[in-house]
Amino acid sequence: MDIAVCTKQIPGPDVPSAFDESTKTLMRSGALVLDDSDSYSVEMALRLAEQAGGGEVILVSMVPDGATAGLRTALAMGAARAVLVSDPALAGSDALGTARVLAAALARTGAELVLCATESSDGYTGTVPVQLAELLGIPAVTFAKRVELDDTGVRVERQTEAGYDEVVCPLPAVVTVTAGVVEVRYPSFKGIMAAKSKPIETLSLADLGVDPALVGVLGARQEVLSIEAAEGRSAGTIVTDEDGAAHERVLDLLVTWGVL
Amino acid sequence: MDTVVLVAETRDGSPIGHVLEMCAAARKLASGVTAVVWGEGAAAAAPFLGAHGVTRVCDVGDIGDALPPPRVAAAIAGEIDRGGVDAVFAAATYDGRDIAARLSARIDRPVITNVVGLELEGDSLVSSHSVFGGSQLVRARFTGAGPAIFVLRAKSFASEEVGGPPPEVASASIGELAETDAARIVARHAESRSGPSLDDAKVVVSGGRGLGAPEHYALIEELARLLGGAPGASRAIVDAGWVPYAYQVGQTGKTVKPSVYLAFGISGATQHLVGMKGADHIVAVNKDPAAPILAIADLGVVGDVHQVLPKLVEAIKAKS
Repeated sequence: MDIAVCTKQIPGPDVPSAFDESTKTLMRSGALVLDDSDSYSVEMALRLAEQAGGGEVILVSMVPDGATAGLRTALAMGAARAVLVSDPALAGSDALGTARVLAAALARTGAELVLCATESSDGYTGTVPVQLAELLGIPAVTFAKRVELDDTGVRVERQTEAGYDEVVCPLPAVVTVTAGVVEVRYPSFKGIMAAKSKPIETLSLADLGVDPALVGVLGARQEVLSIEAAEGRSAGTIVTDEDGAAHERVLDLLVTWGVL
Repeated sequence: MDTVVLVAETRDGSPIGHVLEMCAAARKLASGVTAVVWGEGAAAAAPFLGAHGVTRVCDVGDIGDALPPPRVAAAIAGEIDRGGVDAVFAAATYDGRDIAARLSARIDRPVITNVVGLELEGDSLVSSHSVFGGSQLVRARFTGAGPAIFVLRAKSFASEEVGGPPPEVASASIGELAETDAARIVARHAESRSGPSLDDAKVVVSGGRGLGAPEHYALIEELARLLGGAPGASRAIVDAGWVPYAYQVGQTGKTVKPSVYLAFGISGATQHLVGMKGADHIVAVNKDPAAPILAIADLGVVGDVHQVLPKLVEAIKAKS
């Protein structure tokens, strides 16, 4: 059984988050890397495919400019191939626009199970996976901490406010994987070398038949009016615990604030 | 504005606090406030919702072992079809976000997330968003055809009881959902947690990677217990599996607004700061003088968590 993983390539963690002054969208400068959040869903997909005794792990991603560095990382981990939608019109896409494009790309993979992270590390909206499921007309189970395949479909332990629920769901389905729930493998040297020649199918919006007006800045239907520094907290006191008595200052404050 | 529809999550028959905050936000903008509720007995919350300004309750009813999003999104779409709905508000909870996402794709309207403020400018809704750990505020206007869908951050609006009459309660029309509704819960596991919840606690004591090892989290829990507060955590140690996801404070976890927030071994990534910087008082202990959390604390201690934390616990025990 083939498993698709939606992956996002984002600026590296060393690039500070900032807005592009002219477009008022998130700056995406410098080399892009595989979103760390996605490494868990890639790992989960590889394990499920191994346990199922076959099937490919297929990456699905979108960028405005053909970038592939992040995809190569996931290919080096063991994914078989990637479908990359690359089109300048994608710049500034919101979550629904993104879901639209990924849904069209996923339809070409034939994968029955679609894994995603719970949210990206740069945008944090966390709505793409369920929007994707609705566009595909299939169920979604979010916040998985454990995923297993069985005869009837997929069995998921889903995090809840109180603990977790065991959820069963027939395929096809979208499942979002919580960060940290599996140990992510490091790509081996062999994997890195093999990744260089693994296929990345690059498609434009026209190839997919997606209307450019529904994606990018136009599709987002939001106009940024202003970006301002928020009202900050006034600076407090910083002390160094040289004498080993800093806990007494904390204690005094707890009394002053009426906690003790 | 005519009507705002609220995704009104209830727990044990009462609306969660976040829903009451959304009631207050909605009432200031619109003449009608419709709350969509689901679950066995949830409609019993109607008089309470009315007191907070809700004018109509749309009841999805008992959903059994199904996951809420497909049915609740269908119910909201049904309310929108009745006409007059200008906006939909959802809370940033596990289910709230998924319901907003289902609805978004179903009615082809964007979801606008991370909202900390909303106002009407002329006929259009302008939302404020706290970004980059709360250091910057983005204001944006929704330019499409309504209704827009907003996911509101907790504790961004103050709830207020206005003493409205009990609202009318209508049964939701769901229609055919087919495969989207196919997932079923076969078992529920609740982890027992004593003391106040993170949402309501007057004191929150959080730990981060600076604790060094999972077993050191026990001191965080002990301090929280001694102070009558709730233990919290940074994303780093939740991701590392030290504590469950429900403990996470931050952008993707809980937003807390306690009287006192104590942070041990947390550097203060923007992800974390946005979830706790609304606390009245903050104390942070970190060995790195450059840790961003020290800069927003009333008292920032540059020191060893493994010294300060046990000493503080002992001193409080000695006092009581």
